[in-house]
Amino acid sequence: METLKPANRQPLVIRPRKGLLEVDLKALWRYRDLWYMYVRRDIVTYYKQTVLGPLWFLVQPVLTTVMYMFVFGGLAGISTDGAPQPLFYLSGIMLWNYFSDSFNASSNVFATNASVFGKVYFPRLVVPLAGLTSNLVKMGIQLVLFVLVYAGYRIAGQGLHVNATLLLFPLYILLLAGHALSWGLIISSVTSKYRDLRYLVGFGLQLFMYATPVIYPLSVASDKFRTVLELNPLTPVFEAFKYGCLGCGSLSWGGLLYSAVFMAVALFVAVIVFNRVERTFMDTV
Amino acid sequence: MNAIEFDHVGKLYQLGSVGTGTLSHDLNRWWQTRIRRREDPYLRVGETNDRASKGGSGFVWALKDISFDVEEGEVVGIIGKNGAGKSTLLKLLSQVTAPTTGEIRAWGRIASLLEVGTGFHQEMTGRENIYMNGAIMGMTRAEIRAKFDDIVDFAGVARYIDTPVKRYSSGMTVRLGFAVAAFLEPEILVVDEVLAVGDAEFQKKAVGKMQDVSRGEGRTVLFVSHNMAAVRSLCQRGVVLDRGGVVFDGGVAEAIDHYMLQNKEQKEKIINHIHWAKPHLQIDRIVVNGTEDDHSILHAGQTILPVRVEGQSSIDFKTDLIVLLKSPMDVPLASLNEGVYKGSPLAFKSGHFSISKDIVLPKYLCRGNYVVDIVLQQPGSEYQLGARHAAFLHAEGNADAFARPMSLNDSGLMGLETLYPDA
Repeated sequence: METLKPANRQPLVIRPRKGLLEVDLKALWRYRDLWYMYVRRDIVTYYKQTVLGPLWFLVQPVLTTVMYMFVFGGLAGISTDGAPQPLFYLSGIMLWNYFSDSFNASSNVFATNASVFGKVYFPRLVVPLAGLTSNLVKMGIQLVLFVLVYAGYRIAGQGLHVNATLLLFPLYILLLAGHALSWGLIISSVTSKYRDLRYLVGFGLQLFMYATPVIYPLSVASDKFRTVLELNPLTPVFEAFKYGCLGCGSLSWGGLLYSAVFMAVALFVAVIVFNRVERTFMDTV
Repeated sequence: MNAIEFDHVGKLYQLGSVGTGTLSHDLNRWWQTRIRRREDPYLRVGETNDRASKGGSGFVWALKDISFDVEEGEVVGIIGKNGAGKSTLLKLLSQVTAPTTGEIRAWGRIASLLEVGTGFHQEMTGRENIYMNGAIMGMTRAEIRAKFDDIVDFAGVARYIDTPVKRYSSGMTVRLGFAVAAFLEPEILVVDEVLAVGDAEFQKKAVGKMQDVSRGEGRTVLFVSHNMAAVRSLCQRGVVLDRGGVVFDGGVAEAIDHYMLQNKEQKEKIINHIHWAKPHLQIDRIVVNGTEDDHSILHAGQTILPVRVEGQSSIDFKTDLIVLLKSPMDVPLASLNEGVYKGSPLAFKSGHFSISKDIVLPKYLCRGNYVVDIVLQQPGSEYQLGARHAAFLHAEGNADAFARPMSLNDSGLMGLETLYPDA
């Protein structure tokens, strides 16, 4: 317990409005234990009272992969650019799940935590950041599955082209996390007062998946659609990951730069909007 | 040294529902203030918060221009009627919502007991929830670990600590929540009527802990309660809020008096309530509870209610003073009528007379309002004077009975005792 020394009598000042870009990183750091508790809670409560436990994190991607192989690979006959179907779909699903789960976590920050936020103060950013982290853990579990399947194909003598750009994997995750966080925060800030958007966001996200090369490679798109798809800042990330480990897809440095700049701008806007709403959202939610 | 400074703090709330029209208000406000650099068209409305009367605008000041300082180690009671702005004040201080105007400066960690058990997750065990709840309140894991055993002990849930909270009784959940909060050890503690939780045994513990915190450990405490006996026993200073403003700030006893007599500005003399009297009587003065005014307070611990009637009579007469104690709903609760019970009226010669009686009050008089009727009567013969609703007494409640269940809002209640209290 820290006691008050006259020397560090810095008052806490509660004002009508904070600065636009004021993010109290020190306070965030002070609440790191709360961040840890939220991450833990997210993961632990997911599989409480289940027999399979954390294995449940794998059921959804496995079944989805099988379904995609049947519908998109089999019925629709969409090419996977020469990569084995299970690996192709699994990699897409893994990245997309991370993005969409993180986006959902941060876009529902105010709605799902209104009761807690209404009673106690702590830096609200702790909650979406914890959401990013717990989803990272879930993705880590799925990554283990991916690596196992991948190793299986290797052992079976399948020629998979791995290259050094796979080392950029952490960067890809960072980009996805940044996009999910900033878009989510903007949405959550706006929907805390005007709920109209909340209904749009639900199926908008589903539609958005089809505008991202998750279940198809960018190469199958015609030139016209290709330009549109390349405007999507997530496109270069998905393509680059598949390029790194499966040898299909494409690595576009320009695209990754575009994605990073897009993310920085979105994050900038998100912080401004979130800061404004954070202080009085209890009055409007 | 100041621990908290409220500096012209105000909070504006929007009435009605948020929906259609909000966007146009927001756009209009943005247009007026940012682009045309004018005053906010909605902030200008200077209405105070009076929930009974309908105002002209959809906005209301829950708090307006609040300024006061709290010294380090001071225990301040915030009192006021429902809707006076107490909870808003605490919400601003605990940073749940931001003020519209002004500034609050606070030195030290603030913890609020606005609601206990915040962030409890039904699926998690008591142990996990203690860590979660503690972290939400701003404790580090190391701090919680150090106090873990004390918390479990205080809550009395040791056997259930590894059981999910959804299996707990509601009382156990609340006790666990309070226990975490009680071991928070902040420099500034904000308490809002949390003492009304749990059974009698736990309440005693909670009050004891509150007293330790405020007295022994020298923390700054802001305490909001409707229980005047609790405020009196815990606080040294009282701040009375009314319609969003500070109307009194001073010693706790004076503050409580002020609060009790609020909105009783149309105070009247008791003798104005005389509705009937014999022609030979002229009443100069009726004094109830030490005042000629018709509103007064029965303080916690007060055992005697003095009543005096003075006047002139043109003839000799025999009489007796009858005092009826009634509920605000006009239900008689008790009467002083010694002339009839004991057959001993008082005899007066013509001229000045004075009747004084010290009534022994019931030992346990709960918080609430009582109405007093005063009658002069010659027992078995005739009525001489009637003053219905002559005085209104506001009982603070008795200091020992901390329990709220006994204080049924403003109805008042007399506590009974059994012959063998321990049986």
